[in-house]
Amino acid sequence: MTTDTREPRVDEPSSAPTSLLRDRRRFGDSLFKGVATGSGTLILIILAAVATFLVGLSIPALTAPGDELPYGPFWSWVFPYAAGTVWAAALAMLFAVPVAIGVALFITHFAPRRLAQGLGYIIDLLAAVPSVVFGLWGINVLAPMVQPIYGWLNSTVGSWPVFSLIFGGQVSGTGRTILTVALVLAVMCLPIITAVTREVFLQTPRLHEEASLALGATRWEMIRQAVLPFGTPGLVSACMLGLGRALGETMAVAMVLSPGAGFHFQLLTSSNPNSIAANIALQFPEAFGLGRNQLIASGLVLFVITLIVNMAARAIVARRAEFSGAN
Amino acid sequence: MHGTISSAQKPRNILTSAQLPKYTSIAMLVASMAVAFGVLALFESATGLMGVLLGSLIYLVSNYALSASVEGPRKAKDRLALNIVTAFFILALFPLVSVIWGTLSKGIARFDGEFFGSSMRNIVGEGGGAVHAIWGTLIITGLATLISVPIGILTAIFLVEYGGSGKAATLARLIRFLVDVMTGIPSIVAGLFAYTIFSILMGPGTNNGLSGASALSVLMIPTVVRSTEEMLRLVPNELREASYALGVPKYRTIWKIVLPTSIAGIVTGVVLGIARVIGETAPLLVTAGITASMNLNPLANPMATLPVFVYYEYTTPGADPTPYIDRAWSGALTLIIIVMGLNLIGRLIAWKFAPKAGR
Repeated sequence: MTTDTREPRVDEPSSAPTSLLRDRRRFGDSLFKGVATGSGTLILIILAAVATFLVGLSIPALTAPGDELPYGPFWSWVFPYAAGTVWAAALAMLFAVPVAIGVALFITHFAPRRLAQGLGYIIDLLAAVPSVVFGLWGINVLAPMVQPIYGWLNSTVGSWPVFSLIFGGQVSGTGRTILTVALVLAVMCLPIITAVTREVFLQTPRLHEEASLALGATRWEMIRQAVLPFGTPGLVSACMLGLGRALGETMAVAMVLSPGAGFHFQLLTSSNPNSIAANIALQFPEAFGLGRNQLIASGLVLFVITLIVNMAARAIVARRAEFSGAN
Repeated sequence: MHGTISSAQKPRNILTSAQLPKYTSIAMLVASMAVAFGVLALFESATGLMGVLLGSLIYLVSNYALSASVEGPRKAKDRLALNIVTAFFILALFPLVSVIWGTLSKGIARFDGEFFGSSMRNIVGEGGGAVHAIWGTLIITGLATLISVPIGILTAIFLVEYGGSGKAATLARLIRFLVDVMTGIPSIVAGLFAYTIFSILMGPGTNNGLSGASALSVLMIPTVVRSTEEMLRLVPNELREASYALGVPKYRTIWKIVLPTSIAGIVTGVVLGIARVIGETAPLLVTAGITASMNLNPLANPMATLPVFVYYEYTTPGADPTPYIDRAWSGALTLIIIVMGLNLIGRLIAWKFAPKAGR
């Protein structure tokens, strides 16, 4: 703990006469402490409640025989959605991570010092755009823009042996494919990855950087020798935070994707694997009875997936905080 | 950074080793763009996007090659890194500009008095507006703020002021971890949670504003806790100790010294937290639902909100989709203006009243 908030010693021998003032002060102290502790505990309760309610309402769907469920047996029903969720998020990471590292490096080490903070705010503005607006943008602006590229990719490399697994199939005429979704998701998790990476890069010990430069390294060599090794754990956790966001994103996927049945790796077709979150958003308003339970159970699956990713990210950050004795 | 001694060559004089003049990069960039557009014009397939892409590629390669031949491979790599990083930054700006421009140009059509003056009651086709959704958004976000701000700030006070030692430290570590976990809860899961609680309390299938507000609180509490905690940590310990030395009890020290010192940062955190949840769609879709008419009572009946309004206008248009889609874009524009405005206000407060940090 960096801040040391020791209380002043107020306890005296019990034989000392206790004044009215003392009692009131102690009452105020314990009340305030109680309220603060209580609201901290409330967070534990809320999170426990989230878990309990989700599990409780999932049980009917998890235990019911497959033919009674409106969408079919649970695990074989949820698998394509889970796979689609992970697949879209992984693709998004593929686009977002290099760009985010580049942007963070640009802001911390390449941009003019005076502009740097302002540029950071501009990238942060991306985080301010609501997901439903990204959905609209994905359908109306991005999809028509990338559709010709999809057509070209499909006609050139779509018939090659291995590439056909990814770029093959009947190309979508609207561009509303899982690749577009991945691009939108990449844009949406870019700001969080950039923000964390930026912080990490800024924490590189000044002396490491200057030592590297003093030995005659160019700026890029300095970054490779001093900044990147120091920032790698932070970078990993930033990516996992971004991944967590991409996994849980609902509206952009629900609006942009034209979903189909089952799971496959092809990126350019008009029948795409849907994500869990988007599927809930699409089906939930019309669902009833056991169907709602089944959707809630799929939400539980998503919760578990994101929980694992986020916990892993936090564990890496925490370990780094303990051992980075550099400054 | 002028030393370009490569191990393979004999040492060169640092002061006289070859360097490209400063204007080289700009000149080469202009030339590359000209070449790219020229080539594309020959094939008569020049779109702006392709030209810029091709031009950038030519620039990256030629700049590297020229620098490698004049300045040596190490400097060339340095230049390549600079160029790629800058290109990535510009690439990241593209979606931002595109989103804002797209929303502005398409949303302006119905950004009029009627949009802000009427609801969708009895509207089929043209006309109508989003006043019911705007009110719903304000009420639900306001309620969420009322719930999350006290909980969030008090939790942060517990973490910073009381969670330093003893049994409280263990609890504080647990809470801090769980707040981190909460930050990662997918918004749709928060929505499902609120929905399930309210369907147990008020009967299955309940849609009302309060359940929407509680879903948003689950998303907002962690942001408030994290930002407040950071701000409280910035308060110098000397201030607390000076207060204790004057015999002020701890709770009054927190109330009169710590909180006023960090209030600007806390307000900023709250404003940014509001900005985060006000654009949430998925949790409101399953909790507050949608309605066509004004509903100011958060305890009963579905309540329209701006993001859900945009979603439904876009996904369930009537026979003639144009007015619906126009309304969706205007709603999106309103939403973007609100969120960016909130962000701006938050930054302004932070910038104006920021405590002078040591760093």
